[in-house]
Amino acid sequence: MKSSVIVFPGSNCDRDIADALVKMQFKNQMVWHKETNLPKSDLIVIPGGFSYGDYLRSGAIAGKSLIIDEVIRAANAGCLVLGICNGFQILTETGLLQGTLLRNKHLKFINKDINIKVMNNKTKFTSKYKINQILKINIAHNEGNYFTNSKHLEEIKKENLIAFQYCDEKGNINNDSNPNGSMENIAGIFNSKKNILGMMPHPERMIDKLISNTDGVNLFSSLLN
Amino acid sequence: MMRINSKIIEKHGLNEEEYKNIQKLLNRNPNLLELGIFSAMWNEHCSYKSSKIHLKKLPTKGKQVIQGPGENAGVIDIGDDDAIVFKIESHNHPSYIEPYQGAATGVGGILRDVFTMGARPIALLNSIHFGSPSHHKTKSLLNGVVSGIGGYGNCIGIPTVAGETKFNATYNENILVNAMAVGHAKKNKIFYSKAKGINKSVVYVGSKTGRDGIHGASMASAEFDENSEEKKPTVQVGDPFTEKLLLEACLELMRDDSIIAIQDMGAAGLTSSSVEMASKGSLGIELELDKVPCREENMTPYEMMLSESQERMLIILEDGKEDHARKIFKKWDLDFVVIGKTTNSKNITLKYNNKIEGEIPIEALSSKAPIYERKWTKKPISKNQIDLKKLKKIEIEDSLIKILSSPNHSNKNWITNQYDQMVMCDTAQRSGSDAAIIRIHNKDKAIAVSVDSSANYCKSFPISGGKQIVCENWRNIISVGAKPLAITNCLNFGNPENSQIMGEFAECLQGISEACKFLDYPVVSGNVSFYNGTNKKNIYPTPVIGGVGLIQNLSNPINHLFKKDNSIIILVGKTFGHLGQSCFIKENYSINEGNPPEVNLKNERENGENVLSLIQKNLVLSAHDVSSGGLLVSLSEMSIASNLGVKIQKPKKLTNINEYFFGEDQSRYLLEISADHLTRVEKNLKENNIFYELIGKTQKKYFEIEDEMKLDVNYLSKINNQWYYNY
Amino acid sequence: MKFSVTVILKKDVLDPQGKVVQNTLMNLGMDNLKSIRQGKFFEIEIDEKNQDIAQQKVDEMCKKLLVNLIIEEYKISKI
Repeated sequence: MKSSVIVFPGSNCDRDIADALVKMQFKNQMVWHKETNLPKSDLIVIPGGFSYGDYLRSGAIAGKSLIIDEVIRAANAGCLVLGICNGFQILTETGLLQGTLLRNKHLKFINKDINIKVMNNKTKFTSKYKINQILKINIAHNEGNYFTNSKHLEEIKKENLIAFQYCDEKGNINNDSNPNGSMENIAGIFNSKKNILGMMPHPERMIDKLISNTDGVNLFSSLLN
Repeated sequence: MMRINSKIIEKHGLNEEEYKNIQKLLNRNPNLLELGIFSAMWNEHCSYKSSKIHLKKLPTKGKQVIQGPGENAGVIDIGDDDAIVFKIESHNHPSYIEPYQGAATGVGGILRDVFTMGARPIALLNSIHFGSPSHHKTKSLLNGVVSGIGGYGNCIGIPTVAGETKFNATYNENILVNAMAVGHAKKNKIFYSKAKGINKSVVYVGSKTGRDGIHGASMASAEFDENSEEKKPTVQVGDPFTEKLLLEACLELMRDDSIIAIQDMGAAGLTSSSVEMASKGSLGIELELDKVPCREENMTPYEMMLSESQERMLIILEDGKEDHARKIFKKWDLDFVVIGKTTNSKNITLKYNNKIEGEIPIEALSSKAPIYERKWTKKPISKNQIDLKKLKKIEIEDSLIKILSSPNHSNKNWITNQYDQMVMCDTAQRSGSDAAIIRIHNKDKAIAVSVDSSANYCKSFPISGGKQIVCENWRNIISVGAKPLAITNCLNFGNPENSQIMGEFAECLQGISEACKFLDYPVVSGNVSFYNGTNKKNIYPTPVIGGVGLIQNLSNPINHLFKKDNSIIILVGKTFGHLGQSCFIKENYSINEGNPPEVNLKNERENGENVLSLIQKNLVLSAHDVSSGGLLVSLSEMSIASNLGVKIQKPKKLTNINEYFFGEDQSRYLLEISADHLTRVEKNLKENNIFYELIGKTQKKYFEIEDEMKLDVNYLSKINNQWYYNY
Repeated sequence: MKFSVTVILKKDVLDPQGKVVQNTLMNLGMDNLKSIRQGKFFEIEIDEKNQDIAQQKVDEMCKKLLVNLIIEEYKISKI
């Protein structure tokens, strides 16, 4: 399976995700943001980091880069697109995903391992997880507080487009288990065709027992399936 | 042109004698530009004029050392073709004025020191010291510094993995912000700052130059400029995004052999970088200042030479490599301008619009800079002994709770959760244990890193204090199963013109030096920060030690979390019950007198080497060094972190239980051993004549001393976790 | 009485955000763009009839909290 990782100035999880993809047997290539041609790929990843320093709004400036038109075209043609953290923010800025990511409710950067629950395992990104499976996964962001209008919220609930929700160790989804103030504890969402996933947690950080755990592995193996 | 008068000289931080010396070296009067350059190069920060003779006593060599002090950072060998590049530096004064930007630019500066040498930064650490929590500025300084450190490190994408945060009224008017960066390089791809060859292009890369942080400059210029308001010095603002671009561009250029020498523009910017490169190569350098990329209009040569704008580098290129290098920097949207060349004149020559604006022999700025042997006095040993019998009796449980809930011992999650510790995916042990563990990318080996300081110990008896921090740092590295290799130090002291302060400096260094020599733990880089304090009130002497150790094979990383119940707990090292300068008497009785615990270096080394060997043999489940707060506090930290309790026996010999449980005797470790390994462990320790005690076992739920106290671990955890959130 | 407060980095202080936004707009073809500086904007309503006193209050708010006087400057206007 061929994957492309888009690199913006200020991306800083690009190497991490590339390593993870290679470890999981993807044929990966890095694509610089000034490119106007996207190599043929089955999966496009927009990595985490601080593209353009998060200046203006996180993701806003990357959302205007040359390569983004190509990403949009590929996505509309059905290519799988995964945006992690800053990548999720960029996807909302381009309109590929609806909603936006606001500043964390406590107004501070958060880095810690939190729990999320798999809300839909009937997608190309999550098929190897069990429904309602609880994952322990690392988050690291300033703006992860998902917000969308009520119409869209109804829609994603109805159509099962919520990928992950923040929860506690036992799976309770409530205010106490919401690290950043996201609506409905949303940690990741799909577009209506379910070929695009945006998520704040970092699956690429959870593929190695020596460093953390292996809860992120199945996201990649689902994609390989 | 303005005349140099005594007021201008003074505002440049130079004294009369130094000025006379300048006249002699130049054989004429300097102009303002030249005076500014002398002032930058002869100040304490660049010249080490007060500290040099003492620094020479530190051990800086060893089998493991590739590059000792004197370069942008120290370099050590960790086997194969891998090298570790690291250094610590202070950014105290700027952080007190503008905590966010001060701390952020401190991180940015130390990162440049590391990647200038060809290393990719892999970890950031920090040691931050604030005034009393009740002081009106402390809270906003804490907030600002922590978000500044996080803001820079998170954005550039280097994990901030370890650090220490302390509160003490001595820092009320002068906080300390020390940042350490650690990088990984290939041994045969280290870049240095020594210029070689004449007529080589001198290239300016990175951000543009603004009027940031021009110190003496501003004030002097106010004397002669009507529009002086506009030229006030401005605080440096960090731009981690540009630094990330600069990092990637430099590393990309470093893949081949285009670079002869490279130096970051840190303090005294263009001045110190150009002078240092020329000085190391015994060459001259000529700069055409009209080519310097400027952010503001009408910048003068004086301002360009003294600006401390961030995220800039100076590179000397091999012939014909300009276009290749320019292409890389353009790709990363960075300025790239050839601004000068190396010469054989042995002068720094500054041209502006084809006119020579200043010319100074390089020697006058480097080897002929003043060196002072300042007066210093020895600190007498304190005669005050603590007599516990005269103090109000406090229950052991109450003391423990008091310590665990105090600002200095409370859990620091509130801080560390604001730092990205996981980016780069090689952090095998995050903040909170004795040291952090960072795996070398794509390899089985890892390094352990820790920063430590003990200002109270250093204040009360500097020699012991100096020794103790090195040892504590050594112990922290060992506690995660790493072999300690080398250190960097950040020496934060008061006014060196005061003989007592200079004494604290000389004696702390003596202690550091003794310990480093004995433990084969050389100093490979560092920084001196004098004049910490205000209104003649100097801070406590606060040398900070940053250590690096090596884990040859990271198959089984170890930390201080208890792993299971019913394991045996061993205390390695002798407990005498030393309470002088302890946390116990400070928190309970607010007593500041007394001597710090003495370190027996022989025991330190033997205990450490044996603990390390037990860990390497996989005989240890968890390990923790016993430091501030003593045995009971260290045990409770292990319990809180793992949510497992302990059942400890009372000592049979010592008369006073508080001395036993809260004494801060050195060279001690707590080890959790599986019952089936006990015989082997005991045999090992006995054979090597290591003193140890079996003090109890782990158990579920309760933190217990038999017949003395019994507390729920959850309760301990709660009281240990609340201070920052309630502050 | 309503006031607006505009807070902006002092002239000589580096404005990384402004710089990046400016470059991006230029790349988007806005080539007559000369410079951009980024700042903050506050709308403040004061329960006070006397304009001088009200303005003084706003000024105090700026100095005490809204503005980091070390790196920022501000302008108050009545709206």
